[in-house]
Amino acid sequence: MTSAWPAPSVVAVSVLQVLGVVVGGPLLVGLMRKVRCRLEGRVGPPVHQPLLDLRKLARRERTRPDRASWIFSVVPVVLVATTLVIALVAPLLSTDPAFGWSADLFALIYLMLIGSVVLALGALDTGTAFGGMGASRAMTIGALSEPALLVAVLALSIPAHSSNVPTIVARSLAHPAWLATPQRLLSLVAFLIVIVAESGRLPVDNPSTHLELTMIHEAMILEYAGADLALIKLGESMRLIVLLALFADLFVPWGIATAPGVGHVVVGVVAIGAKVAALGVALAAFEVAVAKLRLFRVPELLAGAFVLAVLAVISALVVP
Amino acid sequence: MVAPGDLVRTAEALFSDGMRLALVSGHDDGASLRATYLFTSGPPDTRVELHVPVDRSRPQVPTLATLSFPASRFERELADLFGIEPVGHPQPRRLVLHQHWPAAWHPMRHGAGEPPEMRTGAGSFPFVPVEGPGVYEIPVGPVHAGLIEPGHFRFWVVGETILRMKARLWFVHKGIERLFQGKDITAGLEIANRISGDTAVGHALAYCQAIEDACGIPLSEDARVLRAALLELERLYNHVADVGALCNDIGFGIAYARALALRERLLQLNRDVTGHRLLRGGVVCGGARVDRLPSSAELAEVAHRFEELVELASSNALAMDRFAGTAVLDDTHVRDLGVVGVAARAAGVAFDARSSHPFIDLGSQFLPARQTSGDVLARYLVRIDEVRSSLAILSDLIPRAGDLHAVAPSLGIGADEPGSGGVGICEGWRGVVVHRVEVDARQRLRRVKVVDPSFLNWPALSVSLANTIVPDFPLANKSFNLSYAGNDL
Repeated sequence: MTSAWPAPSVVAVSVLQVLGVVVGGPLLVGLMRKVRCRLEGRVGPPVHQPLLDLRKLARRERTRPDRASWIFSVVPVVLVATTLVIALVAPLLSTDPAFGWSADLFALIYLMLIGSVVLALGALDTGTAFGGMGASRAMTIGALSEPALLVAVLALSIPAHSSNVPTIVARSLAHPAWLATPQRLLSLVAFLIVIVAESGRLPVDNPSTHLELTMIHEAMILEYAGADLALIKLGESMRLIVLLALFADLFVPWGIATAPGVGHVVVGVVAIGAKVAALGVALAAFEVAVAKLRLFRVPELLAGAFVLAVLAVISALVVP
Repeated sequence: MVAPGDLVRTAEALFSDGMRLALVSGHDDGASLRATYLFTSGPPDTRVELHVPVDRSRPQVPTLATLSFPASRFERELADLFGIEPVGHPQPRRLVLHQHWPAAWHPMRHGAGEPPEMRTGAGSFPFVPVEGPGVYEIPVGPVHAGLIEPGHFRFWVVGETILRMKARLWFVHKGIERLFQGKDITAGLEIANRISGDTAVGHALAYCQAIEDACGIPLSEDARVLRAALLELERLYNHVADVGALCNDIGFGIAYARALALRERLLQLNRDVTGHRLLRGGVVCGGARVDRLPSSAELAEVAHRFEELVELASSNALAMDRFAGTAVLDDTHVRDLGVVGVAARAAGVAFDARSSHPFIDLGSQFLPARQTSGDVLARYLVRIDEVRSSLAILSDLIPRAGDLHAVAPSLGIGADEPGSGGVGICEGWRGVVVHRVEVDARQRLRRVKVVDPSFLNWPALSVSLANTIVPDFPLANKSFNLSYAGNDL
């Protein structure tokens, strides 16, 4: 897709996207915690607490396990870097971000998976029992959620005849009727389940537990401290906001800037902010109502997501 | 007095009469050593003590380990603390004292002196290795995340399934039993109140009962009413907290938040009752003292909020799915291991000291809670039943207490048998608490032996984990909710 936008505004939009993801990610996590606390009858920390935590962690000393290799050290950087690339190229504010031609849905998903895989490698690198346990669980869940996600994505790209996200979003806007088709709704549910699994939230994983033996994601990052931990925490929250923003773009694209202009971009910012916040609040409210699944039930949940995604593809092929 | 040679035969007869070994304590009588075995059964409340003299130059007793599993653990404790060797014990390993203490140091002997220097590199703990394709070890602790006391858990796992778990405790052995020695009765009560923070009433009550038994102190019916009320108030706040904690361990935060709020309400009521949120100071030797008991309106409010909590938790299908079938401990295990309290009643063994060793008539409506499935769900349901029955008992007792505030301790009366021993048994919220004291003619404590239910129940946790998966361990552990402080003493 050739850019119809003037180069300076493309750059400005991309910078805005990256800044929004970096600052918005921790704020989203704070918002979700706040909602959860309020619904449980507690006051809860302020919404910006995760940002303060990041600042606190960034000032602290890094400690590394004696036996860890260079892999352990590059994990936080890779995690943040891959997510930054997604934030840069994905159509979060406008349908025409910088390098939008490269924002292939499959590429974005695999960028996300690079983060998951390096996290698991870093956990194995520590040589501790918890790291290995967390990595094995995370990879088990990842191996099941990845096909569900890919098939769901396939269902989305069939009617658009493209897997380029800006194109899918633009064509969805041009054909709003697509959004209510069975394949959209089926892949929407599959997508949601995968978001919950990939971002390590209830009922798959409990981000607030202190019980080492039940942990999945947290068990992998137990050995990180200081600035390394700050990067990992930042990376996690960025992944969550990027996943929710992509979800919003693919299924409720209205409000995204389709033409250059300050007004359009402002509307885009407000729209994506509101959509992500609403999704975050809904996710937090859902978490209040559920308990964590037994680990061996998680595959059943993800298998369900996969089946929904397959049905979405079939429906996309049969009902064009 | 039983001769060492007759011990096994006598014990065998008592076991076959359906008695359980409640306590084994060592004694250093100066010239000689002595081992005391307390057997109990009920109802009717029956207690039999066997005193076995032990030669100081050749400190040995025949082992009862082949007859009773609790005996095997009491004997290992005896070997560590008194240096009395159980002859023929199948597992004559250390239990209480870790490897870094010198082998010849037995802290409960007279003249054992101050703790010696710890030896470094004194050899590792002999974990039984588990081998096979795909078997790996997960060491956890002794330092845990959160506010948990120290204990080391070693898991052998294939995939996520636990093959074997070994708990290693006694990291915080404090020498409490020795601390009692030489203190007067009142000072001893202060220690008993602090053995395990959440069982202040249970331990204080068992201690006072033992003192009253030893010194022949009579106890009025009024004091019994107040004590029974205190015991139920303690059960109430702990069980409520446990119901919430079980939900928290499966990430069901809202039930946890509600349970903690209700627990806080109960603690505030407790503060009004004895002036201490954990009910310390309510039970005194020869009596009981409360500032006021909760009103029936306050109890009704607690009951209402508790039923809301139960409704919230029990109607959550995901929560119940996590509880059901997890960490099963069946009645055979319970009988073989001598398990007591909530865990026993959840497996169908309705042993409750409130009915087998009653100090007050709770009326015919009191029946021990009982479930049969022995899983986490059963232990959760037993707790709920016990909260309900505690509330019922309290609303029965409070009118009986009337305006009663304090029953003056009648210390000093009696003491008809100087140098005698006494036993106290009560059903604390975790299970039966047993104290045995010996008091000298000047009413100073010569020996206090404490048995917290956790000491008997810790081995059951390992057994229940067979075929449980690793991420369910914290839930299984919480469903037993055993005390480190009460075990490590």
